[in-house]
Amino acid sequence: MDLIQLQRQLVDYRTSLYHEGFLDEQFTQLQSLQDENNPDFVVEVVSLFFEDSERLLNELSKALEQQIIDFKRMDAQVHQLKGSSSSIGAHRVQKLCIVFRNYCEAHNVEGCLKCLQQVKHEYGIIKTKLESMFQLEQQILNAGGSIPV
Amino acid sequence: MDSCNCIEPQWPPDDLLMKYQYISDFFIALAYFSIPLELIYFVKKSAVFPYRWVLVQFGAFIVLCGATHLINLWTFTMHTRTVAMVMTTAKVFTAVVSCATALMLVHIIPDLLSVKTRELFLKNKAAELDREMGLIRTQEETGRHVRMLTHEIRSTLDRHTILKTTLVELGRTLALEECALWMPTRTGLELQLSYTLRQQNPVGYTVPIHLPVINQVFSSSHAVKISPNCPVARIRPAGKYMPGEVVAVRVPLLHLSNFQINDWPELSTKRYALMVLMLPSDSARQWHVHELELVEVVADQVAVALSHAAILEESMRARDLLMEQNVALDLARREAETAIRARNDFLAVMNHEMRTPMHAIIALSSLLQETELTPEQRLMVETILKSSNLLSTLINDVLDLSRLEDGSLQLDLGTFNLFAVFREVLNLIKPIASVKKLHVSLNLAPDLPEYAIGDEKHLMQTILNVVGNAVKFSKEGSISITAIVAKSELLRDSRTPEFFPVPSDNHFYLRVQVKDSGVGISPQDIPKLFTKFAQTQSMATRNSGGSGLGLAICKRFVNLMEGHIWIESDGLGKGCTAIFMVKLGIPERLNEPKLPFMPKVPTNHGPTAFPGLKVLVMDENGVSRMVTKGLLVHLGCDVTMVSSSEECLHVVSHEHKVVFMDVCVPGMDGYEVAIRINEKFTKRHERPIIVALTGNTDKVTKENCMRVGMDGVILKPVSLDKMRSVLTDLLEHRVLLEAI
Repeated sequence: MDLIQLQRQLVDYRTSLYHEGFLDEQFTQLQSLQDENNPDFVVEVVSLFFEDSERLLNELSKALEQQIIDFKRMDAQVHQLKGSSSSIGAHRVQKLCIVFRNYCEAHNVEGCLKCLQQVKHEYGIIKTKLESMFQLEQQILNAGGSIPV
Repeated sequence: MDSCNCIEPQWPPDDLLMKYQYISDFFIALAYFSIPLELIYFVKKSAVFPYRWVLVQFGAFIVLCGATHLINLWTFTMHTRTVAMVMTTAKVFTAVVSCATALMLVHIIPDLLSVKTRELFLKNKAAELDREMGLIRTQEETGRHVRMLTHEIRSTLDRHTILKTTLVELGRTLALEECALWMPTRTGLELQLSYTLRQQNPVGYTVPIHLPVINQVFSSSHAVKISPNCPVARIRPAGKYMPGEVVAVRVPLLHLSNFQINDWPELSTKRYALMVLMLPSDSARQWHVHELELVEVVADQVAVALSHAAILEESMRARDLLMEQNVALDLARREAETAIRARNDFLAVMNHEMRTPMHAIIALSSLLQETELTPEQRLMVETILKSSNLLSTLINDVLDLSRLEDGSLQLDLGTFNLFAVFREVLNLIKPIASVKKLHVSLNLAPDLPEYAIGDEKHLMQTILNVVGNAVKFSKEGSISITAIVAKSELLRDSRTPEFFPVPSDNHFYLRVQVKDSGVGISPQDIPKLFTKFAQTQSMATRNSGGSGLGLAICKRFVNLMEGHIWIESDGLGKGCTAIFMVKLGIPERLNEPKLPFMPKVPTNHGPTAFPGLKVLVMDENGVSRMVTKGLLVHLGCDVTMVSSSEECLHVVSHEHKVVFMDVCVPGMDGYEVAIRINEKFTKRHERPIIVALTGNTDKVTKENCMRVGMDGVILKPVSLDKMRSVLTDLLEHRVLLEAI
């Protein structure tokens, strides 16, 4: 595909992510930290985020299956997830984490389960979208162009 | 015969006269001897006889008299001289004793007579005592009746029961035929028959209150006998020939003016009811004094009982009223609380809802700034950015206003360029002014310091608001903005007598005057200007499109800045002048070329700001740790990362200039670490600067950080610019209060 078109596609895609609330300006900050010294900064951080989140989500699922639910531990884990998602700028995930924490505080098992499902769902979406975005960027780089800021 | 020495009696003994004398003498002697015997006998019988000596004397007298007469018997016939001698002796003795007795009797007889008078006196006294006893007995009986009546009357607090009981008991005690109570009507001009004894439901007879008989009764506190034919007494069925005596007494009613009984109008001070008592007809009974007294006492008791009943009624009514008011107040309070809660919820929601799009606008505009733009486009984007920043500020301020009212807003103090603020305002205003063909001029006094310490954002907002108003309400002409340093003479303005600013070495008062040639304001509207949401008629017709909050917010900010704002106008059509004074601080270094807190230059990935600065980052969350590291690396720092407090304490050394630690993670005590670091490095210049990274903006977190000795707090998420400015400030001043 044409380089210009690819670049335009990338820009549109990114804009749509912001527009739909998947990402917030923290992601912009991340991108601004990427330079010649640190060319893969964003990808590294995002990959770390994926690893972390998946681990946390698994642990949360396990915790909610137990007979006696350790809400405190769950709360700490959700807090972690919230921190990670806010550092990346994964806006929707972060918001859901806030709600999740409220349910944990209220010891509301139903609410927690429902929230966990939603978080997983959102996380799935953002992961897919970010991966698509990275793929686009890779295509541009392969085509010899530079990634528009 | 010569030698017998006898005495011959003068008269022959056979003479009849002599015979009679002889017999009389005999009986006299007998009687005279028997009298003392009788006396002795009876005196012995009586216990009390004070005159024994007298008795003896009297007895002797009698005995001697008897003896004399006895011896006289012998002298009727021829008797010897001895007999005559005895006779003579006896007579002599008798004479002596009788004279003594006579003399003594002079003393005795008055005494004996007085005994009689004393006896009479005592008899009178006894009669009198008897009478008095009778009186006391009747009084005591009256008292008993009264006590019983009072007890009956006072055993209830119900007005009707009191009156009914009174009549019943009186009727019973005094055996009355009829007993009636007349109460004054509401108008006070008539007496109405309220209660009677015999008739069950008295029909509303009324009599005018100013009858002479009634006046007579009312003017005396005693029971007064009245004629059975007067109107108040004519309530019995006719047909009796001899109506019994009637008595009327007044019953004082309570002093109405002391109580708020709403139905009874204010009248003369004393009001009375009339109680009329009638004895049974054809009985010829009379009213006795003690009965009248009984009636008077009862009337008084009834008055007291009635007042108690009235007081009770009143207090019950007051209590009911209070309860109602309490309920209403409670309801109102709850409604107010609900309203406040609703408002707070609304504000909280609007807060978020309004900020989100603003963030998007600002974020995307900054992004746009980064791209390739033509100069005109760049100018447009910059204007969009500035306007949206202002709008964001305005949104914050609408919410601040509510916080201002609570008094929880604090000024954001910082050093800023005063001239730049004015220039900004001018730039923002110029487009609109030129559209309206208004000429705007700015005069800054030469002695105005270039830099000042204060709340830049709010100062600019205030100036912008005032200037904006000037532009808004001028259709033509010019606007002049003057800014000077207020001198002491000018400080005491006659128009603001309550404002006494005191300049000092660290502060100066900035006086800004904005004069326009617009529609002006009439004098009576001036006080309303600073009221929230109030718009004067002339302003409203201009379709200003404002909410009326602007000046109110300005006033509050100016007050927060320890200043004063006011508006003068010569009248409608003559333009107006807005003047405000605020207190600003003087920064120490006036020659500082670098502007640490200046706006928003676009980020450049070029030269690093802090080459080689050794920094320690402590964060449990891997992702956020990496982001922070990325930020710092981008700024050229040498970053060491740790993920736990033990590691942090282990690794930290005097080489590290700054330590960033995340304190919002539950379970990991960042505060504890800060304290330990403080302990570890006793010398201040060796100790690294400790900064907390947190997601909470509440006061508690800030206070805790300050308490444990941290040098600053940064709110996550941290942007590159923020990090850069924070580090700059920290390294220069070694203190950063807070960066949002």
